Amino acid sequence: MKLTSWVLIFLACNLAFSTISAFRLSRSQPTERISGSAGDVLDDNPVGRLKVFVYELPSKYNKKILQKDPRCLTHMFAAEIYMQRFLLSSPVRTLNPEEADWFYVPVYTTCDLTPNGLPLPFKSPRMMRSAIQLIASNWPYWNRTEGADHFFVVPHDFGACFHYQEEKAIGRGILPLLQRATLVQTFGQRNHVCLKEGSITVPPYAPPQKMQSHLIPGKTPRSIFVYFRGLFYDVGNDPEGGYYARGARAAVWENFKDNPLFDISTEHPTTYYEDMQRAIFCLCPLGWAPWSPRLVEAVIFGCIPVIIADDIVLPFADAIPWEDIGVFVDEKDVPYLDTILTSIPPEVILRKQRLLANPSMKQAMLFPQPAQPGDAFHQVLNGLARKLPHDRSVYLRAGEKLLNWTAGPVADLKPW
Amino acid sequence: MKLLSAFRSSYLNRRGSTFRSLDPSSFDGAFIPKPSPSSIFWLAIHCLCCLISLILGFRFSHLVLFFLFSTSVTNNLYTTTAGVSQLLQLKPLEKANVTAKSSRVVVGRHGIRIRPWPHPNPIEVMRAHQLLERVQKEQKSLYGVRSPRAVIAVTPTYVRTFQALHLTGVMHSLMLVPYDVVWIVVEAGGKSNETASFVGKSRLKTIHVGFDQKMPNTWEDRGKLESKMRIQALRIVREEKLDGIVVFVDDSNMHSMELFDEIQNVRWFGALSVGILAHSGNADELSSVLKTNQEGKPLSMPIQGPSCDSSGKLVGWHVFNTQPYATKTAVYVDDKAAVMPSKMEWSGFVLNSRLLWKESAVDSRPAWVKDVNNLLDGNEEIEDGPLSLVKDPSMVETLESCGRNVLLWWLRVEARADSKFPPGWIIKSPLDITVPSERTPWLDSSSKLPVVTKEEKNNQPATEKRSGKPRGSKSKNNRGTQEPKTTRSRK
Repeated sequence: MKLTSWVLIFLACNLAFSTISAFRLSRSQPTERISGSAGDVLDDNPVGRLKVFVYELPSKYNKKILQKDPRCLTHMFAAEIYMQRFLLSSPVRTLNPEEADWFYVPVYTTCDLTPNGLPLPFKSPRMMRSAIQLIASNWPYWNRTEGADHFFVVPHDFGACFHYQEEKAIGRGILPLLQRATLVQTFGQRNHVCLKEGSITVPPYAPPQKMQSHLIPGKTPRSIFVYFRGLFYDVGNDPEGGYYARGARAAVWENFKDNPLFDISTEHPTTYYEDMQRAIFCLCPLGWAPWSPRLVEAVIFGCIPVIIADDIVLPFADAIPWEDIGVFVDEKDVPYLDTILTSIPPEVILRKQRLLANPSMKQAMLFPQPAQPGDAFHQVLNGLARKLPHDRSVYLRAGEKLLNWTAGPVADLKPW
Repeated sequence: MKLLSAFRSSYLNRRGSTFRSLDPSSFDGAFIPKPSPSSIFWLAIHCLCCLISLILGFRFSHLVLFFLFSTSVTNNLYTTTAGVSQLLQLKPLEKANVTAKSSRVVVGRHGIRIRPWPHPNPIEVMRAHQLLERVQKEQKSLYGVRSPRAVIAVTPTYVRTFQALHLTGVMHSLMLVPYDVVWIVVEAGGKSNETASFVGKSRLKTIHVGFDQKMPNTWEDRGKLESKMRIQALRIVREEKLDGIVVFVDDSNMHSMELFDEIQNVRWFGALSVGILAHSGNADELSSVLKTNQEGKPLSMPIQGPSCDSSGKLVGWHVFNTQPYATKTAVYVDDKAAVMPSKMEWSGFVLNSRLLWKESAVDSRPAWVKDVNNLLDGNEEIEDGPLSLVKDPSMVETLESCGRNVLLWWLRVEARADSKFPPGWIIKSPLDITVPSERTPWLDSSSKLPVVTKEEKNNQPATEKRSGKPRGSKSKNNRGTQEPKTTRSRK
């Protein structure tokens, strides 16, 4: 009799604890656990779940390019460089390719910069082709699976389509040689040529030190309702508007430029990061490509991101429940943005802020040096680990060839 | 449509740097001229289009071409700042879309959607402000004080000229405090209407009591009486079982808002740093004080408060050094010398009102605080200032990182003993004129107006203010002989 009462009490206590979903960290904001569609996976540790072999490519594919232009370390495409550095010293790395689950090819395709700092993708397909030819001829692992257990980091505007203009990128499509590989890219849009099935979307690189140094105390009241700084019209390339951002940014400007709730302008203030911490909503509209570093900044600074990009696929979408965290607005609804934002109930806003305050959420968006548990590198590895074990179709039968080595524009076939 | 795409690719130089040449693979709109009728025809069309675009401009030439070549129309509104109200949108570019699945997101030129009345809706602005308030409230509860306690402000006062000045300051400070406030005003010489008007204006919860003695004339006696008045207020706290933090808000002190936030951290008995402003209004005297100090040590800080060692533990008290003022302190309230604070000012200490309650159990009160019931019952006299309330002064809690920030200032300024002021500061009987309104206060020596006659004339209106502005009542009895002189004086 006594035993059953103890068991009942024990069960009751368990129930009570399991229903508590918010927990307080000492003297900081209460946060909520983030359970994405794949469960509570942001805190998973990939070590021990997979093994990655890093190919030793000649330094002309990576180090020499970086030496030519060290700006590649700080621009928003720097993830490819830091990924290699992380993998070289990570415990998931293995020196024995026979036991590796995944193979990584360190080639910096986004490091050919203009004087302005924008990357030129014209030589990237050739560089990638030449790298793949190298690994295919020197190691047997590429031909074994035709690249299905290899992964590449292609953080450029439209991923492996290797062009900055959307029509041209769509026209080129993903590089034929990468048809079977897993791509780790920043670009993500549903039903788009340049997003392959099974790709892992990552956030663009944002400098963690710089953002940490601009933090302001948490009790500074959030007094800006909506905040945005950036271009509305790209006068250099699309003076009339309508092309840039599919007209969405121009619509934001035309509809809300005199609305006191919207703090939007094209200026470049020095207090940009501080201002984001004083705002409730931060607009993250698309530009020439749907993704932008604003999402990362908004998450770090606790500002609810308002994502205006139809069909966008956000970073780590299977691990992070973006619907609960951000506000999604269709591009056709942009003129009614103020109605949408003001009609969100306050409890929903507070819940989103609690989710954003979760430190594992913020860690997952960053590429810190050196790597820390739960950061974007680990989320990539988690994503790769979730794709294991490879199924049988990955391994080709003898003599089977699935990739067409001569597909693609003629100019791409020239050696690099 | 090939022509359109030719147009487009030539106008689309992205990332506008002429340094980069267009990728050769992107020229899929180029055509190779061959001597054939179709190509000549296309050439002719090309020239025609160039001419049209030259004449009509970029935008309109697109329109013309659109009307000539295309029939489909989409229904997006397009408005530019040039004021063209409704341009039909051109069909999105038809490139060879190799998408296998259909996408609702189309590449190409889209219209800029603007709603018919793109201005803020006041109801939405209100709602947004309510959201902001809610978010800020949440922030305050997270980062600010967890469970704010009421502030019980104890103010001894009495009616005098400067009371209005002092009490207005205290009243405004207390009205701004974001927590519940109970203002206990103890007035020497009994309750008066003056004080009652301030207490009533404050819209706070107040307790106004009178104290039967009159305020003496020397600073020392006054300090003693004020201590007694404060003890009386503490008795009231005990009787009414007020719950909160007792702050000694002297009426001539100045308090910052952060003070009230900081005292919420007190558990039982706390000490603050008080800035001591011992100023007599006499600049020469201050310099003489400084001169006597020039040899040897520097002038000590005008602070009274706790002093800690490097680990933050309370090791002593810093009091205001009254030595330099030894011979020149004010004794009587209206002396022209500097007023000295007592050893330990009451305003630098705060206490939890539960210390004063009668039946709170002995163990809920910390051992280092004396049982004040004896004191409050009138059986003892308070001697040494507030520190005599504690048995072990080293256990007193220090606020604001051991008094690093000075959150309030002590000042004693009073008027002459015989100064009079209109009761309630309401002017009931007409004021005597000291400067007639037709003469400026800053006389130029040339004007010699016969003042006497003018004054009689201008004595009439009861509400004439002593403004001294040259604009004056043109008194109707302006003597003709005096007019030229008056106009001269006005120049």
